[in-house]
Amino acid sequence: MSGLKKSLLIPLVIFLGLVGILAAGFSLKDPHLLPSELIDQPFPDFSLVELNEPTRVLTAEDLRGQVALVNVWATWCPNCLVEHAELMRISREEGVPLYGINYNDDSVKARNWLIRHNNPFKINIVDDQGKLGIDLGVYGAPETFVVDTKGVIRYRHVGPVTRQTWEETLGPIIEHLKVNPAGMKG
Amino acid sequence: MLMKIQSFGIMFLLIMCQSFTWAAIDAYPFPNDAMRGQYNSLIAELRCPQCLNTNIAGSDAMIAKDLRREVHRMVLEGRSDDEIRSFMLARYGDFILYKPQLRAGTVALWFGPAIFFIIALAVIFRMLRYRKTSPLALSDQDQARLKRLLSK
Repeated sequence: MSGLKKSLLIPLVIFLGLVGILAAGFSLKDPHLLPSELIDQPFPDFSLVELNEPTRVLTAEDLRGQVALVNVWATWCPNCLVEHAELMRISREEGVPLYGINYNDDSVKARNWLIRHNNPFKINIVDDQGKLGIDLGVYGAPETFVVDTKGVIRYRHVGPVTRQTWEETLGPIIEHLKVNPAGMKG
Repeated sequence: MLMKIQSFGIMFLLIMCQSFTWAAIDAYPFPNDAMRGQYNSLIAELRCPQCLNTNIAGSDAMIAKDLRREVHRMVLEGRSDDEIRSFMLARYGDFILYKPQLRAGTVALWFGPAIFFIIALAVIFRMLRYRKTSPLALSDQDQARLKRLLSK
């Protein structure tokens, strides 16, 4: 091929490169989804009261021992109501403890909300200042974390938990961690 | 017509001005101006994780409010800019910084535009040179033919 013809191909190559980059950009599912910095990090330390027993102080110690789901929720969050039925089902049928973080909320409203819609949570951490939320890198609600037996964060789900979320991601990850507590690899 | 253009101009200016006002109205107390300055510059350079392209100074989102409160607390504790930035980085990742740190993963962000600019300059220079050296220079043969045709 002569030199002239080769140089004619350069714009085409640049164009295809740009198409590739833009296609990758547009195929990002949701630009709001940020990668979590906390995967494989221990659950941050905290010292906050329990929603239904305000005299009881909870710490990260209380989340250890079992592979568990930690769900960040609030009464002001519409998607928390959307996922509520699935959380109820998980707590009933799947044998996975669910811990709640009541995030930037009013405790009286939160208690009433749980009475009205039923309570799937074993314990509920009152994070009324959103400080634990910041330590977890939370930027909205709902968010759901998978925590292993040693209290290490293994997975984070942003947005409502649906049946599909459970079947495709949370369920298999929890099963895997129960069988293989050492890690996600393999 | 001119009036119309003028009033549009004024409207445009007003809209522009509005977009530059900060939405943050929480008045945090500071013991001195240095700390207030540090707070103001930090909340201007930290990006709100909820809202794609607003700094936490300019956002009404709940998370932006919480982060401003944390920045205020840390400034009062006497923490340095870098300490506060790494606090945010450890929790929210590179997204939180409008000016990401220079690391292997962010090299493309820092130098990508400069590299594209250099490539563009190189292309333009080549095109200009090509145009200069290869004008419609006629070979001796063609020149002779041209003369013949013109003298007819």
